[in-house]
Amino acid sequence: MIEVICLFLALLGLTAYAVLGGADFGAGFWDLTAGTAHGGARMRGVIERSMTVVWEANHVWLIFVLVVLWTCFPPFFGSVMSSLYIPMGIAMAGIIMRGTAFALRGQAATINEARGLGAAFALSSVILPFAFGTVIGAIASGRVPYGNAQTADVWTVWLNPFSIYVGILAVATSAYLAAVFLIGDSDRMGAEDMVQAFRKRALISGSVAGLLAIGGLPMANADAPALYEGLTSGMGLVCVIASALFGLATIVLVAQAKHTQLPRVTAAGAVGAITAGWAFAQSPYLLPGVLKYQDAAGASATLVWLVICVALGLLILVPSLYWLFKLTLQGDLQPTYRDADEGLK
Amino acid sequence: MLSHLVALIPMAEVTEITGKLVPQNQDQAVAARQLQALSLMFHIPLVCFGISWPAIVLFTEGLYLRTKNPIYKRIAMRWSKVMLILFAIGVVTGTILSFEFGILWPNFMATFGDVFGLAFGLEGFAFFVEAIFIAIYVYGWDRLPPKTHFLAGIPIAVAGVVGSLTVLAVNGWMNNPVGFDIVNGEVTNINPWRALFNDFFWHELVHMYLAGYMVAGFLVASVYAVAWLKGDRSDYVRKAMIIPLTVAALVAPVQVMVGDWAARDVAKNQPVKLAAMEGLGTTQKGAPFTVGGYYDKDTNQVENGIAIPKMLSLLAFHDPNSTVEGLDSVPVEDRPGPINTVRYSFHAMVGIGSLLMLLGAYFIFFWARKRSLPTSDWFYRAVAVSGIGALIALQAGWIVTEVGRQPWIVYEYMRVADSVTDAPGIFWMLMGGIVVYLGLLVVAFWLLRRLAADPEHFKAKTTEVNS
Repeated sequence: MIEVICLFLALLGLTAYAVLGGADFGAGFWDLTAGTAHGGARMRGVIERSMTVVWEANHVWLIFVLVVLWTCFPPFFGSVMSSLYIPMGIAMAGIIMRGTAFALRGQAATINEARGLGAAFALSSVILPFAFGTVIGAIASGRVPYGNAQTADVWTVWLNPFSIYVGILAVATSAYLAAVFLIGDSDRMGAEDMVQAFRKRALISGSVAGLLAIGGLPMANADAPALYEGLTSGMGLVCVIASALFGLATIVLVAQAKHTQLPRVTAAGAVGAITAGWAFAQSPYLLPGVLKYQDAAGASATLVWLVICVALGLLILVPSLYWLFKLTLQGDLQPTYRDADEGLK
Repeated sequence: MLSHLVALIPMAEVTEITGKLVPQNQDQAVAARQLQALSLMFHIPLVCFGISWPAIVLFTEGLYLRTKNPIYKRIAMRWSKVMLILFAIGVVTGTILSFEFGILWPNFMATFGDVFGLAFGLEGFAFFVEAIFIAIYVYGWDRLPPKTHFLAGIPIAVAGVVGSLTVLAVNGWMNNPVGFDIVNGEVTNINPWRALFNDFFWHELVHMYLAGYMVAGFLVASVYAVAWLKGDRSDYVRKAMIIPLTVAALVAPVQVMVGDWAARDVAKNQPVKLAAMEGLGTTQKGAPFTVGGYYDKDTNQVENGIAIPKMLSLLAFHDPNSTVEGLDSVPVEDRPGPINTVRYSFHAMVGIGSLLMLLGAYFIFFWARKRSLPTSDWFYRAVAVSGIGALIALQAGWIVTEVGRQPWIVYEYMRVADSVTDAPGIFWMLMGGIVVYLGLLVVAFWLLRRLAADPEHFKAKTTEVNS
């Protein structure tokens, strides 16, 4: 029982990271594709303003997921990290590059410095969700063996059709989430032109992500049959349908252009539902066919205490996060808007 | 479930285990250790700032709230921006460590993850709180009421302390592993709280906290000492130097006493590490403390050093005739490999720490008598290099702790070589790591030069953001 709660916490953290961290990655994607240094400066300014205050808090979810996994399911963590060390290593480099570049971006004095830091930030924002996507693809398609890097081929374990597919899907979903989030942020700043720009981008990326999700089904059937089976029956299917409905609702809400904040909720719902669907599809396995969550679970004393600590932690965290988001939504914390090339030589 | 061997070691019976995920070869151990060491060396100075810097910034803001002197506010605002950048880089370098634990030491994590993991769970929350309030604090200048703003900074200071506390608990546990039993080669009867509050926890905690204040204090003071030497005698520079310098100067003498406490704990619980720190080859009564020279593996003693009779026994057990265990108390394969690295690091830490204490004592003494700053340029030159000195002492101290624990990852339970990944190509990951961290160093250097070359730049940005 306690294992299930811990697994739920890990999935909750993963969903939060996929939504909030994903939106940050996607913001980097739109930064990358915003155009020339001057032409794209307005959009980059909106993105920077929107991310500045919250990106660190969003990033902490990743640490939360890692910690819950290694504390509650240690052999699973060891097996995954050692077999998938290449995409994890790429993600590591991406995290350093991205965080540093974003943190220092505000110190740029010339357009070239801003361009260099901006490019490092934006490129790593695309590489990261791809790398994490391949990791999920590798686990879900049953390619990660139990043990210390026991995989036969350290490359094909994550560079295979299904993993690459999930990687691309992760990039598209991040871009979509970001566009949806940025509609709301632009609206609150009163930047109507940016609301339009991100609405267009949300519709395009949402359609791409949706088509990718549907188009991937035959491939999942061929390359990850067990997962496909799980996603097309029982609770897995319920979650897939829920995710599709949430996704559709988001696109409709964005297209209607009446609501600017509500689509965030439905977009998050779509990601949460598919995460849950994945969990149901391969339940009770953490490593499909190899390692059940009950067998991977650590000492129950530790698991019980971890759950208690998380519960107590949430008592502090929830009001704190509430205050941060409230201040952010009121616009009390955001720096005044500047075009990204303003004041640069 | 896996094979295990029972080794009898003097004093206590210890069970060494090979862990849950069987390692096949240990080719990657050297590259993995170098990569882990490299990543830690980049992260640790940032931890120092996480521990001490928010309190120093808040103290300065408090001075402003009491005196209404706008210079204090300017200093606190500028320092809070520094705090944000350092926190951001600390977040990413810290995340790298979490990845590396799994990538490089999968068998360690798989076997002991549930013994020490709870500590990291607490750390995760501390981190979260820190990230939230640092955003509110740094972006809330002039937007929140002054008192609310000050109060919003307190959780940052608390979270910085709690976060590093838990990580230090884990390091303490690796040196003094408790809170579990080994039955048939498997880890059982886990008590996560006992693991957290191990016998090394307290001295590591206090030692590192004071180090945090010394590193941040001397380092920041040194920046302004350089400005002072260049002729900037403004009230801003004066105040911005005195605050961190005073903090560091007050802490330095206490650190010497804490160091003594730490060394005695090590003497009691990790005699081999103490022997490595001193290059003491053989167990002896009334052991000497040897200054200089080098440890020779062939003769198992320090050559060409100057021995102070009975000094080591006195320092380690506060008794000149006590028996100190030497390296020969364990077989060669259970001793740290690079004895000289441990020994020179230990001496560097003690030497630099003592010099910093003298510098601090001089400053406090002068201030107490004359209520003014020393006038000699030599004082400012000393302050200017004190920051680098504190950094070197910090790194040296961690080398003593970590290299001195070798060959164990969990002292006397699991060897580093048994915990390492079996994946090929860690050498290339190390090369990649070197490139990335060099890049980080270049960028940091670029930022420092930018801030030094155009001191108004930061201020201009701050006012712009807040107008």
